[in-house]
Amino acid sequence: MATRVLKSLLAPSVRTLCRRYSSQDARTVTLIPGDGIGPEISAAVQQIFSAAQVPISWEAVDVTPVKGPDGKFRIPPKAIESMNKNKLGLKGPLATPIGKGHPSLNLALRKEFSLYANVRPCKSVEGYETVYKDVDLVTIRENTEGEYSGIEHIIVDGVVQSIKLITEQASRRVAEFAFEYAKLNGRDMVTAVHKANIMRMSDGLFLKCCRAAAEKHKDIKFNEMYLDTVCLNMVQDPSQFDVLVMPNLYGDILSDLCAGLIGGLGVTPSGNIGENGAAIFESVHGTAPDIAGQDKANPTALLLSAVMMLRHMGLTEHARKIEKACFETIREGNVRTADLGGSSKCSEYTQEICRKVEAMD
Amino acid sequence: MASGVGRSASVLRAFVSNFSLRTLSNEHFLSGLRCVSCLHKRGYSTPAPTVRAQYGGRHTVTLMAGDGVGPELMGHVKQVFRYAGVPVDFEEIRLDREHNDSEAFRQALLAVKRNGTALKGSVETGIDSPTGSLNAQLRTELDLFASVIKVQSIPGVQTRHDNIDVVIIRENTEGEYSNLEHENVPGVVESLKIITAAKSTRIARYAFNYAVEHGRKKVTAVHKANIMKLGDGLFLECCRKVSEEFPQIEFESMIIDNCSMQMVSRPQQFDVMVLPNLYGNIVGNIAAGLTGGQGVVPGMNIGENYAIFESGTRNSGRSIAGKDIANPAAMLLASADLLEHIGLKSHSELIRDAVIKVIVEDKIHTPDLGGQATTVQVVQAVIGHVREKTKQ
Repeated sequence: MATRVLKSLLAPSVRTLCRRYSSQDARTVTLIPGDGIGPEISAAVQQIFSAAQVPISWEAVDVTPVKGPDGKFRIPPKAIESMNKNKLGLKGPLATPIGKGHPSLNLALRKEFSLYANVRPCKSVEGYETVYKDVDLVTIRENTEGEYSGIEHIIVDGVVQSIKLITEQASRRVAEFAFEYAKLNGRDMVTAVHKANIMRMSDGLFLKCCRAAAEKHKDIKFNEMYLDTVCLNMVQDPSQFDVLVMPNLYGDILSDLCAGLIGGLGVTPSGNIGENGAAIFESVHGTAPDIAGQDKANPTALLLSAVMMLRHMGLTEHARKIEKACFETIREGNVRTADLGGSSKCSEYTQEICRKVEAMD
Repeated sequence: MASGVGRSASVLRAFVSNFSLRTLSNEHFLSGLRCVSCLHKRGYSTPAPTVRAQYGGRHTVTLMAGDGVGPELMGHVKQVFRYAGVPVDFEEIRLDREHNDSEAFRQALLAVKRNGTALKGSVETGIDSPTGSLNAQLRTELDLFASVIKVQSIPGVQTRHDNIDVVIIRENTEGEYSNLEHENVPGVVESLKIITAAKSTRIARYAFNYAVEHGRKKVTAVHKANIMKLGDGLFLECCRKVSEEFPQIEFESMIIDNCSMQMVSRPQQFDVMVLPNLYGNIVGNIAAGLTGGQGVVPGMNIGENYAIFESGTRNSGRSIAGKDIANPAAMLLASADLLEHIGLKSHSELIRDAVIKVIVEDKIHTPDLGGQATTVQVVQAVIGHVREKTKQ
């Protein structure tokens, strides 16, 4: 009975992944420009999207916490309404608020929209090369529990316990998502990353859920690997990995490790998938306040996240064009921002990509 | 041709002297026997001596082959020791997948307590095994609080990064490896990560003492205190407090995800790193992967009284067991570290130099290093160098 209920809860969110939108419908997407370089790179993305004639209209909102009637700081209701209506969001970098009373905005967004899976495709960027040339993998990280539950206690003076929480529901949800993602995106293999030899019950439960999901998706290969073995092999030969699914902490570390393999957070896209079809795509780099407003920022990470969003929506042709234009611009090397080793301005880089996109039609 | 040989010989000499000197303080190299165990005695007021089993000039060391490639590698270690004339007798203890009940564990524990030191392969833990990781339990029972992995770029081994020279000091007995888990209701599991001020301070002090002893300049504490504010916050605070006692050593802290990113882009920036248990596992494996993999990195687990030497990445090598392709370097280097620990410095150097010569000069590489050699071929080459030296 419980499993039937669970299954019916899971099915809708999985089914919406397959929903196709006709190119005639203009879809409204919530845009959270963010802080620092956020507004500039968001504007750049909007410019490129209009050059590509993507059928999207943007609804910009501000997520700076406001004091509610009860004195607690919350995300403004307007932002929440917008997301609930549109179900899709694109988010720039947010500055971490300092001082008491302000919740972590990323955490608040995650809780509000039950963003349970964080997806980071890591592909070597041609033309912006690191010592790792053949990376093409996706890390899928459980986003709501695990080591980041925030449950900590001081038992006695000098002894602290942090609780890592693993539930069957969340593990099953992210495992199902991983296999569906693999199927939808033509990936061959899903690897579950764990440390079940040490944390037998918790990672054991996670692994059990992954194995159960693998049984239901026999067309996708499945294997399990210890976290330390993954790290060891990843830095020697990243091409052996395809899709990786793991609990929260390992996912945090491994996704940043993989971002480092392809060149850092400035070129890494990221998407957060929630229940009921909600999804927020974001750039994961910082707000770079030192270059904000100087037309020096690199919009690649946010652009690639927006491309991820297009694929999620089924607008694959637009996604392909924009991504191709972006990679070609980087590969040609004439018009690159400073962090990619060039000397161009953000606006010049954006214009070059727009030019390429328009030329493709 | 001659100049090429001369140049590579001088590179080799510099590397070998660096490699062996790194295990001891540069300044005290000539001042007599120094053992690794003396390092941690410095920071503690405990009067308990490091345990040794030595009688009539011969040492007894516990040998636990474990699973996977353990048994074959231990056979090779024994052979090399024979040719090197090492005055060590091994007390062999069976602790593996088949011998893993409480009695076998008790025997293993007693053997290490009796002899003080052990050379160990990895015991495989089945995911459904009732006992949990015996490796971790052994470390906790013997209070081997520091796992020390020295990672260096090896000339002649093709890797993407060069000039890596990092020592990873990992807290070995608490943190995520506390083995405290419970299922509150079906489908909801809690796993406790324990951080204590006492153990965090102890490992921090060990790391700073190590840095001073070995002429290192910087200690980096790795944590996730922005999320685990109390747990990792406590660890970081303890490291900070200890760093104040060592003003001559630079101290910095780094968040684990940024650290992983930095390790794969610019690993040369790191010197000594001190980490809690799980992060130490991750960073240790990343570092080993960057410099050649599990075949070349030795590891040691140091406690106040006991020490266990093993491969740095603690793999059992199940998939390559019995195929004669395992790289024996890591285990041989670990055995050399063990000899140094018990005071047999000249034998230690003899074996270590031979292994390094085989990898760097002779370039006899097993498949993990991109070569075609078998384990036996590597071992024979090591023995060849050992015999050459002992004849002189």
